[in-house]
Amino acid sequence: MGEPKIKLAEVKKHFGEKIVLDGVNLSVEPGESVAIIGGSGTGKSVTLKCILGLLTPDSGSVQVDGQEIVGAKPREIEKVRAKFGMLFQGGALFDSLPVWRNVTFGLTQGRMRHAAEMRKIAEENLERVGLKADILNLRPNELSGGMQKRVALARAIAPRPEIIFFDEPTTGLDPIRADVINDLITSLVEDLGVTALTITHDMASARKIAHRVAMLYNGRIVWHGPRDRLYDSGNPYVDQFVQGRADGPIR
Amino acid sequence: MTEGPLAPPVKGFAAIGRAVIGLFAMVGRVTLFAFTTLIRALTPPYYPARFFAQLMEIGWYSLPVVGLTAIFTGSALAQQIYTGGSRFDASSTVPAIVVFGMVRELGPVLCGLMVAGRVASAMAAELGTMRVTEQLDALTTLRTDAFRYLIAPRLFACVIALPIMVLIANTIGIMGGYLLAVYKLGFNASAYLTSTRQYLQMDDVEMALVKAAVFGFIIAIMGCYNGFRTGGGAAGVGKATTDAVVSSFMLILFSDLIITIVAFG
Repeated sequence: MGEPKIKLAEVKKHFGEKIVLDGVNLSVEPGESVAIIGGSGTGKSVTLKCILGLLTPDSGSVQVDGQEIVGAKPREIEKVRAKFGMLFQGGALFDSLPVWRNVTFGLTQGRMRHAAEMRKIAEENLERVGLKADILNLRPNELSGGMQKRVALARAIAPRPEIIFFDEPTTGLDPIRADVINDLITSLVEDLGVTALTITHDMASARKIAHRVAMLYNGRIVWHGPRDRLYDSGNPYVDQFVQGRADGPIR
Repeated sequence: MTEGPLAPPVKGFAAIGRAVIGLFAMVGRVTLFAFTTLIRALTPPYYPARFFAQLMEIGWYSLPVVGLTAIFTGSALAQQIYTGGSRFDASSTVPAIVVFGMVRELGPVLCGLMVAGRVASAMAAELGTMRVTEQLDALTTLRTDAFRYLIAPRLFACVIALPIMVLIANTIGIMGGYLLAVYKLGFNASAYLTSTRQYLQMDDVEMALVKAAVFGFIIAIMGCYNGFRTGGGAAGVGKATTDAVVSSFMLILFSDLIITIVAFG
């Protein structure tokens, strides 16, 4: 394998007195799908935000295609961001804009141009996530939760990113809708060849969408391995987490 | 250094110290926010469509409240001056003082406060909700600068809309004074208008416009700043909204005093 797509080395981040990331090491290969599992408040979202440049780590290194992000100039971070797409937990659709403007936002950066062309692009991307053109003019709050998530996914893939981040993609959806999202993520990785990094605490989803799983606990990656090993990892933290037991090393 | 429990008087001083430091830190953050906004707002990309939408929202839709405020205040002002003036036989000064009071002080301040109540709160609530629902983060990942896309149009719209609205408010306020003076207090209509025109000075109008532009700046910055810094869900949005209104009220009244003193000094 060549250069990893994403490489985190000893990434640390604290808020006030609380240490959230205490030296995270992780690398993701091109075309690979990795899931980070872990309980609430273990720093999963913070890890993603450090890679996206939404938060700056206190120390450590974050590299995308070999380029260092920590301490890079805003202009360079901006360039790296062009490779990213992000699906936010709640969708984070812009509720003042219709669906089609939401989907094409990454292409227009909010400017009102090429309306006809953009509507067409929006339609194509909605089709990819299994939605029809009849919702193009609706506002996000007129859609159900599952549809909002799919529109948000269409928005994330519209600029054809090389790397997509998924923040709890299945949270808040019923098992069937959740599996639709899982299938979409899998097909994006396989068909478009994107690199995917997902944070989740949904074991079924992690097993389905990820090639490799990493477990974050107390600000560190305590285990990582192929998805098949998730249920016989031999790691007490992972065992407790995947079996959902209240007693164990995780308090 | 060891830190033991502090004696009550020392605790009191510590609390005062923390409050003072907190105040300075906030002034610093707001100033930095305002500078960042200005620099980004003046460099491309620009969002003219967003600007016109905000101009409509801030200017046009605020006109009814501003107009009503102005007509009530202008009329009340005329009545007060008439009542107060008649005590020392100076009730003929009504048109002069209505013009002076409305244009230099009440027009800009009341207009500023009404718009702050309507607009600063709306900005803080909207941006605050965008913050807590991660829409602001989403903007960044879609490579759009929130300062240019969200804040700059609001800032320009406020700074341009406020002076226009103050001109309208002043006109309506003076008309309110005129209506009350002529139809209730029995003033001669043409004499009232003549002295109104005589006492209306360009200097006063300029001062009103300067005040209005400054108030517009304050409203946009305080509304956006508080919205931007929102944390902690729905309660956080509520707090941001309150903070935006209270802080813009305070800053409007304070800067009004400063501008008035400087202009007279």
